[in-house]
Amino acid sequence: MSDATETTDEIETDEVEEVEAPAPDPGVEITVNGQSLHATPGRMLIDACEDAGVYIPRFCYHPRMTPVGMCRMCLVEVDTGRGPALQPSCMLTVSPGMTVETESDATKKAQDGVLELLLINHPLDCPVCDKGGECPLQDQTMSYGPGESRFVEEKRHFEKPIPISENVYLDRERCILCDRCTRFAKEVAGDPLIHFIERGNNTEVNTFPDDPFASHFSGNTVQICPVGALTAKPYRFKARPWDLIEIESTYPNAMGDRVTVQASRNEILRYQGVDSDAVNWGWLADRDRFSFEATMANTRLGDPLVRGNALGSPDPDGSELVSTTWSAALGQAAEALAAARAAGGPTSIGVIGGARLTNESQYAWAKLAKGIIGTDNVDAQLGDGIPADVVAAMPRATIDQACAPGGTVVLISGDPKEELGTLYLRLRHACENDDVTLIELTPNETGLSRHATQSMRVLPGELGVVADAIVSGQPGADIGLSTNGDLATAHAAVTAAENLTVIVGRTSLAEHAALTVEAINAFARIDGVRFLSALRRGNVHGAIDLGLAPGLLPGRTALASARNWFGDAWQTLPLDTGLDTAGMLQAAATGRIDVLVLLGSDPLRDFADPELARAALAGAGTVIAVDCFINDSIAVGADIVLPAAAFGETAGSHTNLESRITPIRPLVTPPGTARADWMIAAELAFRMGEDLGFESVEAITDEIASVSALHGAATAQAIDQAHDGIIADGAAIAQAPQFVWTDLGAPESAIPVDSYSYRLVIDRTMYDSGTQTAACQSLAPLAADGAVRLNPGDAGRLGVVDGVTVRISSKRASVEGPVIVDERISRGVAAIAHNHPGLDARSLVDREQTITDVRVETL
Amino acid sequence: MVEKIVTRRFDNLNAHEIAEYEASGGYQALRAMLTRTPAEIHDEVRNASLLGRGGAGFPAGVKWGFCPPGVWPRYLVVNGDESEPGTYKDRQLLERDPHQIIEGCLIACYAVGLTQCFLYIRGEMAHAQERVAQALNEAYAAGYVGKNILGTDFSVDIVLHWGAGAYIVGEETALIESLEGNRGMPRLKPPFFPAAVGLYGQPTIVNNVETLANLPWIIERGADDFTAMGAENSKGTRVFAVSGHVNNPGVFEVEFGVTTFRDIIEGSDYAGGVRNGKKLKAFIPGGASAIWFFEEHLDLPLEKVAVDQAGSMLGSGAIVVMDEDTDMVRACHNIVRFFARESCGKCTPCREGTTWLERILSRIIAGHGRPSDLSLLTEVCENISPGMAWPPRMTTICPLGPSAVSPIASVIDRYRNEFDSYITLSDRSVIEVSAAGMNA
Repeated sequence: MSDATETTDEIETDEVEEVEAPAPDPGVEITVNGQSLHATPGRMLIDACEDAGVYIPRFCYHPRMTPVGMCRMCLVEVDTGRGPALQPSCMLTVSPGMTVETESDATKKAQDGVLELLLINHPLDCPVCDKGGECPLQDQTMSYGPGESRFVEEKRHFEKPIPISENVYLDRERCILCDRCTRFAKEVAGDPLIHFIERGNNTEVNTFPDDPFASHFSGNTVQICPVGALTAKPYRFKARPWDLIEIESTYPNAMGDRVTVQASRNEILRYQGVDSDAVNWGWLADRDRFSFEATMANTRLGDPLVRGNALGSPDPDGSELVSTTWSAALGQAAEALAAARAAGGPTSIGVIGGARLTNESQYAWAKLAKGIIGTDNVDAQLGDGIPADVVAAMPRATIDQACAPGGTVVLISGDPKEELGTLYLRLRHACENDDVTLIELTPNETGLSRHATQSMRVLPGELGVVADAIVSGQPGADIGLSTNGDLATAHAAVTAAENLTVIVGRTSLAEHAALTVEAINAFARIDGVRFLSALRRGNVHGAIDLGLAPGLLPGRTALASARNWFGDAWQTLPLDTGLDTAGMLQAAATGRIDVLVLLGSDPLRDFADPELARAALAGAGTVIAVDCFINDSIAVGADIVLPAAAFGETAGSHTNLESRITPIRPLVTPPGTARADWMIAAELAFRMGEDLGFESVEAITDEIASVSALHGAATAQAIDQAHDGIIADGAAIAQAPQFVWTDLGAPESAIPVDSYSYRLVIDRTMYDSGTQTAACQSLAPLAADGAVRLNPGDAGRLGVVDGVTVRISSKRASVEGPVIVDERISRGVAAIAHNHPGLDARSLVDREQTITDVRVETL
Repeated sequence: MVEKIVTRRFDNLNAHEIAEYEASGGYQALRAMLTRTPAEIHDEVRNASLLGRGGAGFPAGVKWGFCPPGVWPRYLVVNGDESEPGTYKDRQLLERDPHQIIEGCLIACYAVGLTQCFLYIRGEMAHAQERVAQALNEAYAAGYVGKNILGTDFSVDIVLHWGAGAYIVGEETALIESLEGNRGMPRLKPPFFPAAVGLYGQPTIVNNVETLANLPWIIERGADDFTAMGAENSKGTRVFAVSGHVNNPGVFEVEFGVTTFRDIIEGSDYAGGVRNGKKLKAFIPGGASAIWFFEEHLDLPLEKVAVDQAGSMLGSGAIVVMDEDTDMVRACHNIVRFFARESCGKCTPCREGTTWLERILSRIIAGHGRPSDLSLLTEVCENISPGMAWPPRMTTICPLGPSAVSPIASVIDRYRNEFDSYITLSDRSVIEVSAAGMNA
């Protein structure tokens, strides 16, 4: 059909030159509906008009994805000097002198025509459609469309909703083929698993057979679908949009994704991503998007529990947890704390956890522990992070700085696609679209490897040496999986970088944190380097900034050097730097800690040494748990359980991995008598005869702003009003001493593996048996059974295939589990995901060693 | 009779073999070309005013000059996805004289500085694919294609690529998408034209088969000989495929812009007139996308400007003749159905609109038409191609949607009585006769 097609060449050739003509600097002057306005050069016409308050209807256009001009709804009359013509405003950048009519007869006729055509095959099942009431097709039909249909033929029919993934249903009859979901899958998520198939009027979106849309980000397609074609299982038929109330908030993951929380009849029914330029661009990972199921789960704790001897206890032997009153539970807890302090001093009390809490609750608990009780045995990390003083000392980057065009990013962390979903999306976009140089230093391939400029495999144990070689440019001999060539290229890239960001987290739980610290130390030698923490646990960055870490006080200040100054703000301070989680568990196991507070933590599942955790729970005199659920540690060892309010039920603020402080707002009431964590801290202080000194969240926020220079700008009012949150800027810490980098000496190379050994990597996946995921009925089935992943070459050498059970043994223990052959795993590495049912690799790990070597044998 | 250019070897049924091709002067243009500079070759083609034979009729030499300077590599893509109903000239050229196309490719590559050529041939043309594959093998073996052609520094690789059976891929940007392994869907232009950003994001010249077939002759004989033939704005010769209700359907090479429709339809050297002595009712002058012509247009020359001014186009060089017994509603439906089936589904007006048009026409033919259907047809057409004017304005991405409007725009007013008779069923005999005529 070559005919008319080339005609367009001829007609439109000179138009290209106009579109691409350099624009004058102060902005491009265009005329929209007779009004002159200035638009940013390079701006799409549809956006420029919207900026000026002129909304052009659209279906396929989405500002975060490549325009495709498919739906034709945004056709407007544009005159670039050769007479008005209908042009898709989503495909046209503004050019000087452009005259645009968005309400002319020709435009209206085109919009009316497109809508009529879109509707001819669209079922009018709006009354039973989840999208009804918030449907762009419905809304735009009301605003721009014809009143009635002239289509008398039979509409197109498909099987009504078919599941395209575990949680997303597709109704192809409702689909208007706007390419949004398919573009999202390909361009944004990098999981091109849904496609157009067939053609013309038979075109449909679908997956390939037996290849479902198993993307960690599938829920976003539901949010951006302009009709009710894609629906999410957790929300289907739950509510009508006009019955929903909503509030903008911050999802409490390490990214601090901006969300709206939506509820009906005091029940949270949906989270929707909010397009925050600085953070998540409107996207959410499915694990977070559907996690409201956990909040609403009937396993949530609604009443305080005590073990055995409560009033009216049916279990006088004291072996079961039974409901009690707040006054009884709080009384017992306060009594235990006071008794322990009196008997063994403040250091006989320890607090583990706190990353789940809001900034305000974290501050309240830090003040209770350090400023009232006087113990520094407080740690929000469970040994799977980076020492808090190192995190506090790192000069921070923002996500925008890391992703800025032309920048250089070094990635040393677990797979962001599994651990920090929206950070993965931002980094992927930066690599694909903004020419960001990504150098990856990970033991195995990650979701970003294919986008990395240089994806280097680092054998566990060698991270410090490899980082040192890259920074110094003196690699010496080839190091394990890394070659001199790779190291030299990486050295050239990082030293030449003008905008260098090191994203750093833990690549493996089987590797000692000291190796990560060595890498941080190495990169810190580069002038102007900035870091972005990839710690993944909830509000862990808030916890570190607010003092829920040994040796730290609120505001990233060191206990040792801020003593005098903080002494005025708080009535007491710990005498010495306290223990971290490992130290506290050790102390509890040996009787040196009497009262252990589990502040939303589950050491039995999350700490690298489950035997030690078990011994600690048994050894501590009293274990007080503050949590939303009964987790394993609580079930085994807690004596007093205080039910806490969860996200969606509490007010406060959140600190993300950039130190961005954004508001968390409540929408529903907590179950039963559960209450906010800060209230529990205040009650305990009160019952110990003390006073934390605040009675509202705002009062805490403002107290934080007054005692912490870091938080000086983050008053309650400022946080509430800031558009993209407030960055807690480390440079503001003037009163507090600056940190010096811990000098660990030259990094040591780990002992080489012998040829029969595999180096163990314990990594994380998006879905595991964690308490929250397990409480979501839509997400729990997505956690795969535990398995050991091996490179195809190694599997071949062992003579094993997928599913064969093998024995994995270290010097400490031996476990058995099935094999998965995975080409993303490096040769010589055995990878086991943490917290998957059926295979717990933690017992193999000796925490004192930098690395763990294992043998893998067939049975 | 005028000298033939591209069909000059059609009398030799073995012209597809390299020996026969060489014996009849084949690859002499290549040898001659290699003694001249690429700029000279480019100028020769530009001076020949060779218009693109794919349909748009854009001067090939000018198009070649659109590649942005200094951007490498550049590619040549040969559009051999000829699939417009009634069009079969390129297929003949590919089957009967494939070496001529290969030589044409080499000339284009030399002139523009291309080292890689993709020959995209329609999926259904199995015979043409075989012939071209065979010819390419022979040409490689003889050193005409590949590294250091005929011992010079000039190297070109030609890759044969088979389509997968989609008409839309004849649209050049959809063809490029298909070559890249994607769904054959047109790209939007602007912002980018293939000459600037084409295959794999590189500058790409997309030429039609017949365009390239002219090049060896032009290089052998010179631009002056070429421009000596044809009319002022249409130089050389042009190949037309005549089909439909004629006595002698076939492919005819005629002097461009001089011969008239009457000559080619009625001339004894050509199609030999409407068959069975019937009268002509209508004819499509340039492929199924074109607005139809009627007997008053018969004396128009086969010349781009004249046909454009008369409100249609020469397009792909397919002339489809309909005799007086033709049922205009069914003929119209036939073509609309083709476009509805071939719509790629990318943009709304084409995907939904062409199918709606087809279904309205089907319903009318089935006897379930409504009086309001005629205005409805017109309004749906207007939503695809506002104004139903020529050249078409469009709400679609590519001209496929408006192509489905052409047959309706051509006949809905002129033969309204035929539509009315279907709708009112006032005169069933008309329908019976018409149906019989179609099936004859």
